[in-house]
Amino acid sequence: MSRAVVQLQHITKTYDGLAAVDDLSLEVFAGEFLTLLGPSGCGKTTILRLIAGFEAPDRGDIRIDDVRVNALPPNRRDVNTVFQSYALFPHMNVFDNVAFGLKLKGLQRNAVAERVRDVLEMVQLGGMETRRVTQLSGGQQQRVAFARAVVNEPLVLLLDEPLSALDYRLRKEMQLELKRLHRQLGITFIFVTHDQEEAITMSDRIIVMNQGRVEQSGSPKQIYEEPANLFVARFVGEINTFDGSVEAAGADWLTVRIHGTDFRLVNKRGFRSGDPVKVLLRPEDLQIQKTEPADGKPSLAGAVEELIYKGSTVDVIVRLTDGKPVYVTEFFNENAAYIFYERGQKVWLRWIDRWEVVLPDA
Amino acid sequence: MTRHRFFTRFYLGFIFVFLYLPLLVLIVYSFNQSRYSTNWTGWTLHWYRSLWDNTLLLDAAVNSLIVAGISSVTATAIGTLAAVAFYRYRFIGRKVLYSLVYVVMMSPDIVMGISLLIFFMLVGLPIGFQTLLLSHITFCLPFVVVTVYARISGFDPRVIEAARDLGAGEFQTFRYILLPLLMPAVVSGWLLSFTLSLDDVIVSFFVTGPTFEILPLKIYSMVRLGVKPEVNALSTVLFGFTLIMVTLSQLLVKERKR
Ligand SMILES: Nc1ncnc2c1ncn2[C@@H]1O[C@H](COP(=O)(O)OP(=O)(O)OP(=O)(O)O)[C@@H](O)[C@H]1O
Ligand SMILES: [Mg+2]
Repeated sequence: MSRAVVQLQHITKTYDGLAAVDDLSLEVFAGEFLTLLGPSGCGKTTILRLIAGFEAPDRGDIRIDDVRVNALPPNRRDVNTVFQSYALFPHMNVFDNVAFGLKLKGLQRNAVAERVRDVLEMVQLGGMETRRVTQLSGGQQQRVAFARAVVNEPLVLLLDEPLSALDYRLRKEMQLELKRLHRQLGITFIFVTHDQEEAITMSDRIIVMNQGRVEQSGSPKQIYEEPANLFVARFVGEINTFDGSVEAAGADWLTVRIHGTDFRLVNKRGFRSGDPVKVLLRPEDLQIQKTEPADGKPSLAGAVEELIYKGSTVDVIVRLTDGKPVYVTEFFNENAAYIFYERGQKVWLRWIDRWEVVLPDA
Repeated sequence: MTRHRFFTRFYLGFIFVFLYLPLLVLIVYSFNQSRYSTNWTGWTLHWYRSLWDNTLLLDAAVNSLIVAGISSVTATAIGTLAAVAFYRYRFIGRKVLYSLVYVVMMSPDIVMGISLLIFFMLVGLPIGFQTLLLSHITFCLPFVVVTVYARISGFDPRVIEAARDLGAGEFQTFRYILLPLLMPAVVSGWLLSFTLSLDDVIVSFFVTGPTFEILPLKIYSMVRLGVKPEVNALSTVLFGFTLIMVTLSQLLVKERKR
């Protein structure tokens, strides 16, 4: 693993007695695109503000590049921020906004002009130097905010929901562009969002947070496919949760009874016979069968309740015989150019072995 | 539609007449030949000439400008910094202190004048230029603080944080971000101070003496013996001066904006 450029060690930050960040530790590695993901109010912005130096922790240490920076003011930390509201300097034009940091560093006038031009070129704002920032569109302001921060070549770039003010299309476009710029610049990014799709699309690593604590840290694939707990499973993507009980268990297998049917699953967490568990399945991992499976393998019986056409997919809501609704996503492909079920049609649900997630029932 | 427009025009015109007719009368009468200002006998520049020869009056005018100049600049400097401090820093007694600014602004001039006089007597400062200057700075200060603070509290605090984030220290943030953004408020605070200082009678009456005479007090003592056309001429000159000042400051603010 590469070098840790930012370390938070047992950080606590309280506002009016309420902990916004609660004994939280994390490490950020050189060059990675790290995303902090979590619901509104879970402390994402607070963490960025602690790293940037706008807030001081009540307890714990912050280290940047292996130096304790708890008492260092923001202007002396080698990190830069892209603010959610952009926070451009309204009395300056595009050039002066971007040049601000370089001028403060005492760079030569020519060198400043050259660097600013290069960065503006990179964010596709070449030729806009003399425009007033108040006259730019939202997407352009966003680019200026980004350029203003990266032109200083910080060790770490902090981005607080930088895309949340943009419309859907522009947002998708900027996601790709940010990825490209990250690769091109080689700067470590700490990106904040509460949009799980955005987090999964963009990140090398995601830290899922809740109420000022880390719930899970891992690659987008790990977070999505192997959620560490129910919170992560429910927060990241759609998921079906089945109550089950372990009927029998071995070292690497277990039998779980779900809605009256016994399924033989993989035992990854040392469950024992009698443990209550939750079995989690993504809608796209479930398969619908129109006839009762003849191979004798277990399945869940139910009836189709609703079909929702989504363009490239169809969402099917199946109500199990005991009344529980289950969400299934079917994709159009060469095998299924046409997906159709009658309302009330009887169906059987199953999934590919090992694709389930079994968690203790908290 | 047209009737409506006619009415608004008329209304506006009425307001302007109400505001400016007295001034206009004063200006016209400053060119009147008659010594007794109410009846018109013909045009003359006589009163301007005699004004020019009246060294006492001119000295007072110069004194007034000196006091207004120094006190308004000082009050603007201190007031701007105070407003920034009120906004940027959270210190004990901040709210109380800010309320006190309003108290000074609201207290009647006569109370202000008397209390300043008593204060100066207590500390043993002789009444004259110094005491007058200190008093003018004192009563101008709150107006600057309030004007500047009103503007600064409308700022996005993230803009200041962004400056810090990009490497600006406290002073650089003030110099390159806060001050330029505050400029319109600073200019209008200064202008307000200048005019307040220039036409103050009541406070000045208490805190200056015969060693340092200023224009409003001089005029006041002159008109007690009846309004001389000379005073009209002087007022016209002052009015012209104010007009130039206001235009200039408006242009300055505009220039900044562009
Ligand atoms: N300056 C402050 N004063 C008081 N409470 C604050 C302050 N800043 C944050 N908080 C509280 O701390 C908690 C975490 O806030 P934070 O802004 O870090 O959340 P967030 O994860 O960024 O949320 P969002 O996704 O809505 O931006 C919230 O409960 C918030 O009310
Ligand atoms: Mg936030």
